[in-house]
Order: sequence, then C-alpha cells, then structure tokens
Amino acid sequence: MLSTFNTNINPNILYATALPPDWPGGFWSHMLIFIVILFVFVILGVMAFIYIERRVLGRFQIRIGPNRTGPFGIIQPVADTIKILIKEDIVPRSADGLLHLLAPAIAFIPTLMIFAVIPLQNGASLVDLNVGILYIVAISSVSVVGILMAGWASNNKYALISAMRVIAQVVSYEIPLALSIIGVVLLTGNLAMSSIVESQNIPFILLQPLGFIIYFIAALAEINRTPFDLLEAESEIVAGFNIEYSGIKFALFFLTEYAEALAISAIIATIYLGGWRGPLLPPFLWFLIKMVAVFVLIIWVRSTLPRIRIDQVMGLAWKFLLPLALINLLITGLQVIVLPDISQWVIVAINFVVTVVLILLWSKFFSLRGYKKVEV
Amino acid sequence: MKFERYGKGIAKGMALTLKHFFRRPITTQYPEQRLNVSRRIRGNQLVLDKNACNACSACSRACPANCITIVTSRDENKKLRLDKFEQDIGICISCGLCVESCPIKCLFMSCDYEKSSYSRKTFILTGEDLAPSKKLVPSGYYSPENEAKLPKQTLLIDR
Repeated sequence: MLSTFNTNINPNILYATALPPDWPGGFWSHMLIFIVILFVFVILGVMAFIYIERRVLGRFQIRIGPNRTGPFGIIQPVADTIKILIKEDIVPRSADGLLHLLAPAIAFIPTLMIFAVIPLQNGASLVDLNVGILYIVAISSVSVVGILMAGWASNNKYALISAMRVIAQVVSYEIPLALSIIGVVLLTGNLAMSSIVESQNIPFILLQPLGFIIYFIAALAEINRTPFDLLEAESEIVAGFNIEYSGIKFALFFLTEYAEALAISAIIATIYLGGWRGPLLPPFLWFLIKMVAVFVLIIWVRSTLPRIRIDQVMGLAWKFLLPLALINLLITGLQVIVLPDISQWVIVAINFVVTVVLILLWSKFFSLRGYKKVEV
Repeated sequence: MKFERYGKGIAKGMALTLKHFFRRPITTQYPEQRLNVSRRIRGNQLVLDKNACNACSACSRACPANCITIVTSRDENKKLRLDKFEQDIGICISCGLCVESCPIKCLFMSCDYEKSSYSRKTFILTGEDLAPSKKLVPSGYYSPENEAKLPKQTLLIDR
C-alpha cells in the first residue's frame, strides 16, 4: 500500500516537478522569482492577517475594530508598520548584544522558510520537496531557538521565564503535532506537499477528524496563540520574551508571530482542507479562502478561551494529545492495511465515531480526582 | 458513567462568541455618532435668561467654588440691574447649587459637554456665551419644564 519514497535524489528531477516545462532560465530564475513572490506573499499576508484579526476579533467582542485609517481602516497595519519601524532601537546595557541582535532574525527566517514548500496552487511552490511535510515539521521548530536567544540575551527575568515556558511548551507539542501529520502521510503514502493535495479527493479533515483536532490544538500551542499564549502572559510576565525589544527588532518578532499563524493556516489548508483544490474558483483563490477560514477559526478560539496554566498545558499535551495521536496513528494504519479497497465514505463514518468515542473516553482521565484538597 | 470534561464548556463558549459575532456593535463612533445624554445632565456651563434675571446675586452667593461673578447697579427707579454676569467654567464644579438657588428660575445648567480648550482665557464666559440658543440648550436639571422638551436618553441596553 505504501508507495516507496524516492531515495536517490536527483536535483533536476526534484526541482523539475515544481517547474512548468517551458520555464525560461531553468531553476535559478524560478528560485529568484519565487523567493520574491513568497516574501511579498508573507509580508502582505501578515498585514492582511493583522487587519483581519483586529476586525474579526472586534466583531466577536461586539465592537467594530480599526476603522479610521483609510476605508474600513484597511491601511491601519501599514500605519502601524511605519510607526514601529521609525521607533528607537533600545538595547539594554546588560544585554548580550550579539544574541540580542541575532534573535529576531533567527526567529523569523525559519518561519519564512516554511513557505518554500507550500503549494500556492498546482505546481506553484519554490521547491516541491519529496520530504515536504517532514521539512516543515523540522524547520518550524527552529524558530523557538530565536525566542530562547531573545529571552536569554535580554538579561531580564520575565523574558527568561517566558523563554523557558515556550521551550517546554513547544517541545512537548512537537510530538502530537508530528504524530497527527503521520496519519495524513499514511493515507497519502507520500511526504510531498503536492501529492498530499492531489490525493485529497475527500478533504483529509473528514478522513482524519481526530488527527485534525490534535493537529489544530498542537499547532495553536506551537505558534503560541491563545489559549496557549503563555510566553506573553501579560498578567504574569509583563510581555514575555520580547519585553526588552523595541523598534524594528520587535517588529520582526511581531512579524514572526503572524507569519507563523499564516504558515499554520496554510499548512492546515494544504494537508487537511485540500489545498488549492475546489470547484469553479481559480485554485489560488481557493487556497486563500481556506487559509483565511482557518485563521478565522483561530481568532474564534482566541476570542473565546482564556489562557490556561503551564501545568494544564503540559497535561493536555502528554495526557490527552499524545495518547490520542498514537491511537489515531494505529487506527489509520489498520485502515490503510486491512481495508484498502473499502469506500472512503465508510472510513469517514468509522473515523467520526472513533473520534467521538475516544474523546469521551479520554475525558474521564481529566477529572481532578488525583488532586487532594490542601488543608491549611 | 458521567462524562463532563470532553469539551462541552468549550463548545458552549464558542457558540456564545459566535452569537456575539452577529450582534450589532454597541460602541459609538463618537464624533460622527452621538448618543442623547441624560435629560437632567449638569453640563459644562450655565444658561442664563438675561431678560428674566432680577440680579439678586443668589447664584453667586450659593456657588461653593466662587466661579460666578455678578456686577449690579441701581437704575433710576432704584431697581437692581444686571451689569455683568461672568462664569469661569475652569473653576466650576458643576454642582448645580446656583440653579437650585435661583428664585425666579432664569438660570439653568446646559446640555453642553464639549468644552475643552487650549487656553484658560476661553473658559471665562459672559454675555452672549451664556444666552440660550440652538446650540446651547438648557438642561432639565431642577427644571421639569425643560426636561419635558428634551429628547430621551439613549441607553446602550436598547441597542
């Protein structure tokens, strides 16, 4: 059932899949053009996402949101960007200067690199790596190093506490995140993003409902969105790891945060919602619509749920997400091996029932029975 | 077997926020949209009906902050005449005691609430500044007749 992976990597074959056959100038011109396209896509996407987040969050809180700068406040992110770029760059006297300077770049660049393998539409990606999803899992966890560097270099206790928290949190959530992706990889039999999209005759959110829930929760923790935004818990540790940053360095951290949200939206749209595929509308538009839909879901979660404690965060990762991800992997593997020829819709029905039953069963472990009331 | 921690609370919360998503915003875009203030508002300044005033100076004496200055004189019939009525709204504490002390009810609080300025000199109001006009409406404070004329207050609960 599992197709063999391409083991002897020929660079020409590797890149040729992402290229139209009559592309002028070969790989290098393609790379140059696509790097520019992706950079513009990320910057504009981040601005659009900041605008969308503020407007949609405003509506969730029964207010309007920014509406002064330009029609419907649409150039508010531009105004904010200009303001933040011309602010003074302050480095604390006791900070580690070099690390303080490097940290924002190290946090941002891996996030930007995620977009290299995401297909914006059929064949439109910088490279169509045959280990695409593995590459994403690997590269997306590098940016946490930048956050740790920022926390360490700032020489500030709040920043360091925040960096420690985020390391613990992100490292824990890597595991269910990767395991839930493996379910998708089992169904596809391939790690390349383009073939994951091509094999989605039914969106994988239906075939892998449990995997989607696990991935979504783990991804929220991975990008430190509410309810897992412990790294910048304003009420506890002021502003978290970026407390000593200002000006353009702070802007880079802010950009990283939203670029990560953009990346997660794009990844979920690609591997669970069918990427560019869809009727009537052009493929790129479908991709954008799915991405924005995922992001609105993230905002919806943010507007609803309060921040949870660090022990609850870790408990959720290790006691809930990890076992369920393993069981999901087992069930998917069984379905792929034992029932390869059965109708997909039967598997959809089975998986939804399994999801509900498993979540109900696991909810029994989340009682507070183990905790003794402390006598004072 | 009792199930309780499977995300019911989260689902409830999400449904609630979704309901709010489709509600009309309760915020007001202030300079363009204005809510009707309370009909009995004690506004930033006084409104004086100069023709009715008999220059008794009761308001000036009642004022705890001494913000009202009145200059009077006697005319040929030995009747009191109002020469100058001056209110410094930079000192005024909007207590409304002057309005309550007025024996012939010719002095009112106004409905005006936008009196910020860059200079203290502009806070000293006299003459035409205190005359009732289209812009300067007497409020219904201590005056049920005025209150009946004013529009009802907008309550956020109605929106």
